Amino acid sequence: MSATDPGALEPSAASETPGGDDHGVEGASPFHATLKDYLTGLSLAAILTAIPFWLVMSRVLGSPGATTALILAIAVVQIVVHVIYFLHMNTKSEGGWSFLALIFTLVLVVIALAGSLWVMYHLNRNVMPVSVEQMRNAP
Amino acid sequence: MREFHPEHPTLLGFWIYLMSDTLVFACLFACYGVLGRSYGGGPTGADVFDLPIVALNTALLLLSSITYGFAVLQIQRGARGGTLLWLALTGILGAAFVGIELREFAQLIAEGNGPQRSAFLSSFFTLVGTHGLHVSFGIVWLVTLMIQVVRHGLIPANKRRLLCLSMFWHFLDLVWIGVFTFVYLMGVLP
Repeated sequence: MSATDPGALEPSAASETPGGDDHGVEGASPFHATLKDYLTGLSLAAILTAIPFWLVMSRVLGSPGATTALILAIAVVQIVVHVIYFLHMNTKSEGGWSFLALIFTLVLVVIALAGSLWVMYHLNRNVMPVSVEQMRNAP
Repeated sequence: MREFHPEHPTLLGFWIYLMSDTLVFACLFACYGVLGRSYGGGPTGADVFDLPIVALNTALLLLSSITYGFAVLQIQRGARGGTLLWLALTGILGAAFVGIELREFAQLIAEGNGPQRSAFLSSFFTLVGTHGLHVSFGIVWLVTLMIQVVRHGLIPANKRRLLCLSMFWHFLDLVWIGVFTFVYLMGVLP
């Protein structure tokens, strides 16, 4: 593969910058991705994907509860791996603003998920005394 | 001279869009979490999920994520041919993913296990379908950008767009981690 495509890159990038146009600056990569990052991310992600599938498909652990807890924990770790190695996220990108948005979103996600599951679980247990099955089989 | 500049308004804005998309998915996950065990006398996750196929799909999406990463490396080097090659590979992997998913959906519907069968299947189709729709639009965007790169080269505007799409693509792979864990693997467990 040829390294550069003449006329497509730096000259046009330079010609757009004068005049204080922000778009010229925006063309520059905000992060420096490296092959090492991607390969580290890929190997970690592959391992962290293979383990939960193996745990579930070959029923390694006897208890479904323990398997659920373990695969959820592995999923969280894999999400962190993707954010760091594929999305190149760190606390300093965009002056910390994208990290702040991420934390804010995570808080909302946790509230929405945990809140829904918690409330609906209690509703199911306390407000609905009969299930569809029971109703269907009722005399 | 190119020095690090902290202000990338487009990329920051796109990141905030992705965060709002995360909230959309969080609501659909919460919905599935609440309804995922309401079978209404219909099939359970263990009855309808085919884990080897899901594993294949997961592998395809992860590979497409890494091929997009390789495209980003080519973009950084300014290599137009290499960029297009890796983008094309990403698109093919993404299309294979969507194809397999559509086949799975078609099979479920043909067996009478469509979204109207039970609350479990409604929430399943909504969540997984929304993700699949995102991937499909990602492919449309990818093809559009490939045409842009062919016509105009790796100009700053195209680089910016390609970096936005890279975030979108990796984000979809990230959401898929939640889908295969929370929906498929946990759905198969008793």
